Amino acid sequence: MSTDTTQSEDILAIAARWKAEGEQVAIATVVETWGSSPRPAGSRLAVTASGRLMGSVSGGCIEGAVADAAKQAMSSGEPALLDFGISDERAWEVGLSCGGKMKVFVEPLT
Amino acid sequence: MRAEILARLQAERAAQRPVVLLTRLSDGEQHLWPQEALPAMLAEAARAALGAEKAANVMLDGEAWFVHPHNPPLRIIVVGAVHIAQAMAPMAAPLGFSMAVVDPRRAFATEERLPGVTLSTDWPDEAMVALKPDIRTAVVTLTHDPKLDDPALDAALRSEAFYIGALGSRRTHAKRVARLKDLGHDDAAIARIHAPVGLDIAAVTAVEIALSVMAEIVAARRGAALGQPRPIPAPEQGRVSIGIGA
Repeated sequence: MSTDTTQSEDILAIAARWKAEGEQVAIATVVETWGSSPRPAGSRLAVTASGRLMGSVSGGCIEGAVADAAKQAMSSGEPALLDFGISDERAWEVGLSCGGKMKVFVEPLT
Repeated sequence: MRAEILARLQAERAAQRPVVLLTRLSDGEQHLWPQEALPAMLAEAARAALGAEKAANVMLDGEAWFVHPHNPPLRIIVVGAVHIAQAMAPMAAPLGFSMAVVDPRRAFATEERLPGVTLSTDWPDEAMVALKPDIRTAVVTLTHDPKLDDPALDAALRSEAFYIGALGSRRTHAKRVARLKDLGHDDAAIARIHAPVGLDIAAVTAVEIALSVMAEIVAARRGAALGQPRPIPAPEQGRVSIGIGA
């Protein structure tokens, strides 16, 4: 499984561009994984308050929940550390069905 | 993330300098290394993360930090601005490589044929001195012309390039090996050259050959044991195993 953190898309460049366009932007980053998580630490997702999404932090399992948390981070201005895993009720609902666990850091771009 | 940190991070990346973003997870405080002086433990973790090309988590004074390395892109140096090089160019960037093409034949090495690629019309020996292939570089020769391919392979073999590939049939390669041995390269060095170049996917068109070469470069980068049969994992108990013929 891949362990490096290079991404084909430059999510940071996209986040910067959205910000320059006047959007409210948050960046989510996978910071830790256990088991068969689909994306390695360092994977990023950029989100806008208007609902634009680019990049990924999982195979699609938790992007929705992360986007919700990103919107909260944008309105509060505060970062958040999210835990997803099979032991977590909420994560089970949003379906990290690969059976892995991961932590995702969500921060507003200020 | 503050816009100012993002701008500095992107500037370092644009300048192709290695940079590490360190984030304190309790409050989102961020620093860049080596651009900022940091406590020794964080600096050491940042250095290690760059070397391993792998993000890490460290604890300092009871606080968790995320250490996120950003290395410059890997490079592919292609000798020969030929049709296969043109097909490789649009594959390189999405796979995380920046590509340079060397060809002293100015009719071939044009911006129109290879948009977005670093072009050199120097002779390959000079070009290789300037491009300095390192452990994050793949070198591929595509010209079939010993005058162009040989000096590039000679330089590649004297470098730490993680991948060296040479287009040409087995017969062509046998002759090439003899010439490279005359230049002082031993069997172990010669064995570094992937020839015929590319994974055997029975490629016919230039794009298919480009795909096979790119796949082989990715395999080398990821340390895949290609050419050896892959072990078939034992089926889990209770799961029905299907259809892998004995």
